[in-house]
Amino acid sequence: MWSFHKWFERHSLILIVGILLVVSIGGLVQITPLFFIESTIERVDGVRPYTPLELAGRRVYIREGCYVCHSQMIRPLRDEVERYGHYSLAAESMYDHPFQWGSKRSGPDLARVGGRYSDEWHRAHLVDPRSVVPESVMPPYAFLANADVDATQMDDHVRTNRLLNVPYTDEQLANAETDALAQAQPMGEHAFDFEQRYPGVAVRDFDGNPERVTEMDALIAYLQMLGTGVDFNAYQADTPENRR
Amino acid sequence: MTAAAAKKEWRIDAFVILLFVALGAFYALWGAAHATDRAFALQMWTALAAFVVGGLMVVVHLSRGPRPADIGSRYENGVVKAGVIASMFWGIAGFLVGLVIALQLAFPDIFYFADFGWLNFGRLRPLHTNAVIFAFGGNVLIATSFYVVQRTCRARLAGGLWPWFVFWGFQLVILLAGTGYLEGITQGREYAELPWYTDIWLTIVWVAYLLVFLATIWKRQEKHIYVANWFYLAFIVTIAMLHLVNNMAIPVSFSGWFSYSLFSGVQDALTQWWYGHNAVGFFLTAGFLAIMYYFVPKQADRPVYSYRLSIVHFWALIFLYIWAGPHHLHYTALPQWAQTLGMTFSIMLWMPSWGGMINGLMTLSGAWDKLRTDPVLRMLVVSVAFYGMSTFEGPVMSIRAVNSLSHYTDWTIGHVHSGALGWVGFVSFGALYCLVPWLWKRKQLYSNALVEWHFWLSTIGIVLYITSMWVAGIMQGLMWRAYNEFGFLEYSFVETVEAMHPYYIIRAAGGGLFLVGALVMAYNLWRTATGAAPAHERASDVPAAAVAAE
Repeated sequence: MWSFHKWFERHSLILIVGILLVVSIGGLVQITPLFFIESTIERVDGVRPYTPLELAGRRVYIREGCYVCHSQMIRPLRDEVERYGHYSLAAESMYDHPFQWGSKRSGPDLARVGGRYSDEWHRAHLVDPRSVVPESVMPPYAFLANADVDATQMDDHVRTNRLLNVPYTDEQLANAETDALAQAQPMGEHAFDFEQRYPGVAVRDFDGNPERVTEMDALIAYLQMLGTGVDFNAYQADTPENRR
Repeated sequence: MTAAAAKKEWRIDAFVILLFVALGAFYALWGAAHATDRAFALQMWTALAAFVVGGLMVVVHLSRGPRPADIGSRYENGVVKAGVIASMFWGIAGFLVGLVIALQLAFPDIFYFADFGWLNFGRLRPLHTNAVIFAFGGNVLIATSFYVVQRTCRARLAGGLWPWFVFWGFQLVILLAGTGYLEGITQGREYAELPWYTDIWLTIVWVAYLLVFLATIWKRQEKHIYVANWFYLAFIVTIAMLHLVNNMAIPVSFSGWFSYSLFSGVQDALTQWWYGHNAVGFFLTAGFLAIMYYFVPKQADRPVYSYRLSIVHFWALIFLYIWAGPHHLHYTALPQWAQTLGMTFSIMLWMPSWGGMINGLMTLSGAWDKLRTDPVLRMLVVSVAFYGMSTFEGPVMSIRAVNSLSHYTDWTIGHVHSGALGWVGFVSFGALYCLVPWLWKRKQLYSNALVEWHFWLSTIGIVLYITSMWVAGIMQGLMWRAYNEFGFLEYSFVETVEAMHPYYIIRAAGGGLFLVGALVMAYNLWRTATGAAPAHERASDVPAAAVAAE
């Protein structure tokens, strides 16, 4: 019965076709249904696209490799829910291109870090982590406070996200560049318009430096919104449509 | 092949290569001129310089005509030699960066610069993983596959200059990737951090690699394709598939590095870990199993233990591996049916993995005594033993209940390194120790005693590394879930970080020993190649094991 295998051993193209068939099956069966099975992503209120400044902050997060040490995925285990908050829903990262769930916790999970600490704490911690957490092994990010946020391409970033079905409005797209700066300038001339376009979103001088809008502003704005979208007092995890 | 025919064939190949190089150079120039940020401009200038140098190399080569050494020689050895040197170079670079980031975690006050992000852990860690997996591992795979396919097919590498295009094109990928990570250019996907333009360049190089490999198989003078080549083919083809699907993204601008992945959230997560786990399965396993299937029989001078086992092992391994990705996402927002599928297949994967280990180990039947006298063979055999160990540990960790403890901890890091240092590292070292005397035509290595030193330094290093990470990981997992008598969480997160400190020091010491071992090896290989060992022309370059074992 082993002689049939000579077909693979004597014809390289048959061998390659065989390999391709065999290695395709697993991915097709596991990944493609996730795009079609409706219950894959929960239906919840409150998950919104990132503001331009948060999007810029997320870029800093990716650039600095924060995902290497911090997860953004709380598992439904008792200790994690007590330590970090409600377990993460698939819906909460549905606008994340790419996802940043992470795989290692050299530092704590950040899925719900938003609102847990003050802007000031974040600033001090990012500039010199050991000044506020003496045992920390995190690298310092003081240089973020000296780098102006790059808002020039903001409309391209928002447009690319819209291409990927992130629901930005025409208005949000048209004003992406000014909105990126307006969110960190509560006394600025565009703050009011920004609040109209992004209702309920925090407008603050995140880095404590009113002169400039820096990458520190952007990163803190991003961190402060993480996990704050869904109202878990209203979310019913036990109803049949949310059980997975 | 006559000199004139050789020259003519090379010209056509060289012309197409020059075309690719010119297109690349043109894009790099355009990109540098229109760059939306400084980091991208730096990447484009780097690429432009590389393309110019590459183009000049082709032109100089053409004007010189074929080297005397190439005329009449049966096999193309030059590109394999280059691959051996590159492997050693990138290996040491990758181990060194690994040691630095291990020290950063142990002594965070010493190795950081507050006003300077280039050397922060978050940027160096992708540099480390990519340097050891793709730069070191990739060069080992390219070099050994080019060596093995020629001997087992009894045919010279196809494509004239194209193997050199594959080699230098791959080095360019490494150069752009490495300098880019330092500048913060990354896609934010583990083991797929390469930005979109480097991804495209890698695709071109990889297709060329597949074609060179296939065309050499087409020229073969053996009826059967040897088992090592099945594994090399599976590795090349599947990595192409994984690379293309996982890196689908839309760049924000063609003159900037940032891109947004096509998928988001849960779908993106599973696509990424389908890729991530099979980078392990096909890059670090299938490819290096090919090395095992050639170099273990060669060095032991015995045929492969079982032909039938190699067939079953091959198809079962590549079929089952692809399903294992979801075990990286246990208890996440990935639907439970997908997690269960991933766990089930991960456990099944234990069987073909050990089938391969048994096939490798039992090849020593009747030659076990050589382990006492031949440290190179011992290195190869110990690598297979490490393979068996980590492919047992893997399925255990993929069980959801075990994973709830191990996930997010350093246990995973320890597991990865038992496979990476023990299996991939040692099997690569064994192959390089074989290749250098063969390629540089020496009777033996400069010093077997130095191989012994390397073996023991590295083995002790690995043991320190993985045991410290086991203890640290399990301890951290248990501390996270510990409750005190009042029903509150016993430890704050940072207390668990503090508890890791001694283990991080032990780990760094283990990594340091591994690096020292590699430096000893580089010295030994260098002395071998430069002539400290007696010269020796091999009677036949065709191995006994090259005939399909039947």
